[in-house]
Amino acid sequence: MKFIQELPVLIIVIPLIFAVIIPLVGRLNRLLPWIIASTITFFCFLISISLLITVLDTGRISYWLGGWEPPWGIEYAIDYLNAFVLVVVSFIAFIVSLYSRRSVELEINKNKISAFYCIYMLFITGLMGIVITGDIFNIYVFLEISSLAGYGLIAIGRKREALVASYNYLILGTIAATFILIGIGYIYMATGTLNIADLQERLPALFHSKMVLVALAFFTVGLSLKLALFPLHAWLPGAYTHAPSVVSCIMAATATKVGVYAMLRIIFGVFRIEFDIHFIPIANILIVVSSMAIIAGSALAIAQTNLKRMLAYSSIGQIGYIVLGAVLANQIAMTGSIIHILNHALMKGALFMVVGCIIYKTGIEDISGLRGMGKKMPFTMAVFTVAGLSMMGVPLTVGFVSKWYIAIGALNAGMGYLIPVIITGSLLAAVYVWRIIVNIYFPEELPKHELQYTDGGAEITDHKSQYSEAPWSMLGPTIALAVLCIYFGISATAPLYIAEKAAVMLLQ
Amino acid sequence: MIDVIHFIQTKFYYLVVIFLMMIGLYTTIASRNLIKKVIGINIFQISVFLFYIAMAKVKHGTAPILWDKAVIYDNPLPHVLILTAIVVSVSTTAVALALIINIYKEYETIEEDSILAKQELDEEESILAKQKLDIDRSNMA
Repeated sequence: MKFIQELPVLIIVIPLIFAVIIPLVGRLNRLLPWIIASTITFFCFLISISLLITVLDTGRISYWLGGWEPPWGIEYAIDYLNAFVLVVVSFIAFIVSLYSRRSVELEINKNKISAFYCIYMLFITGLMGIVITGDIFNIYVFLEISSLAGYGLIAIGRKREALVASYNYLILGTIAATFILIGIGYIYMATGTLNIADLQERLPALFHSKMVLVALAFFTVGLSLKLALFPLHAWLPGAYTHAPSVVSCIMAATATKVGVYAMLRIIFGVFRIEFDIHFIPIANILIVVSSMAIIAGSALAIAQTNLKRMLAYSSIGQIGYIVLGAVLANQIAMTGSIIHILNHALMKGALFMVVGCIIYKTGIEDISGLRGMGKKMPFTMAVFTVAGLSMMGVPLTVGFVSKWYIAIGALNAGMGYLIPVIITGSLLAAVYVWRIIVNIYFPEELPKHELQYTDGGAEITDHKSQYSEAPWSMLGPTIALAVLCIYFGISATAPLYIAEKAAVMLLQ
Repeated sequence: MIDVIHFIQTKFYYLVVIFLMMIGLYTTIASRNLIKKVIGINIFQISVFLFYIAMAKVKHGTAPILWDKAVIYDNPLPHVLILTAIVVSVSTTAVALALIINIYKEYETIEEDSILAKQELDEEESILAKQKLDIDRSNMA
């Protein structure tokens, strides 16, 4: 029983300890880092599932670090929202680390592989820390742990552009984190506490204070930078494009989602909803900004020729959907937004895994190089089609569920004029996804000559355009995500149930 | 006039913080040299540390040590928070400098403009190489 009670801290401590162990044992065996990373992330996934079940059974879990009672000590507080996000993050971390072995061997130098898994574990630790903690200063610390690990992960590949992309991300990320630090300072000055539950009680009395207003402004800008909301998205496309495929995959699927979680927690958990609407029109501002993000992200994605860069811009559009659903501030839209955290993680994870498979097998990153690929890599392209349709929001895929909820929520909030925005976003997504699907299956003209394929780092050989699929260790996780994309599109009861409870809790 | 003097007198620390913050942020944005940007980020972060330290001061408070003459103590919590934030700042600087060393190895410059110019050259070269490959192969075919 003792062990069960300690689960909330173990999910942070175990990956942190193994992050240090991995480079030590990495010298013994080439495969050991990968085995450890996969096992540990699987354990974290199990722990997060058991935490979710406990939360569903008994309500909020409060873990006191070192036995110090909150608000004096640090508290790990787990409720419906963060149990849900925790499951999403640990599941994606597990699937991606299963997938990573061959792709990492190809895209990262041999002597850096154990370092890669070390930083990968630190990155996961940071993300899960942000999600699980109930202390606002801890959010800052974990945010910096995950961001610093993220800068390392982006720069670890062979491309030299990645270094510059990572540096730009570092500068913007540090400015964002420092803004969040200023925000924390202001609300600490106003209330004298750092515990989120305690802040929630004390802040309403201080809503007229200018300090609290300034704090919210700093939080909003800082978090928007971290989660790449449209006008502050400059770091994202470069970072996703030049990072190794595994890194783009894990960052697109989890890092921005955790940023969104932090935003939900601070804007709706720490500050109350009435403050966001009546005292400062932050919700209205964010509605405008996120609508712009939906349109601009999807429109910019159409203009790209590089596959990864296109997916990066599409991420910016999808983040717009999540933020839009959240700031509409009614239960249905909020449910849609929370469930889109899961859905977008699934579909963007699948899409970036597909790109990883393509790069592994052919070394092609350009969209034009995909002509006629449907015959060569049928399974990979089937996954791309499913995840792409999901990105458009076609019924029976996950994308439809969340967009439906957000659209209904917009109607309920009396903002019917947002429906065209949501539909335009979907149509633009249809343009950039359909263009590729057509290219894959019905090429206008096959390339006149065979392209050179890299075949997983083996000798560069001339391949005929015959069946040549990615290895199963990569294909398996990719297909698993695609299956989940459809499964949760058809039967979304379980995630909807949790997301609804989380939405009700946030909007109290 | 008295008001202004009073304002400066009482809010002196915060004015210094804002002054440093603006210097830091401006350097980060305006400078084209990668190292200078890191220096700007450091100044920006240090201004926030000073902000925390300034708000921890209690009027007539002493250092937060158990001591028989002390009646009222400064708030030690922000000091502790800032110790953590300093660690974060140092590691950010370390990562940034490591990146800059690698950028210098690859591009042989740390000026943003010349890096961008070299990146454009790279892109053009890769497009040219691809076209050349295409032509070669179609000739072969």
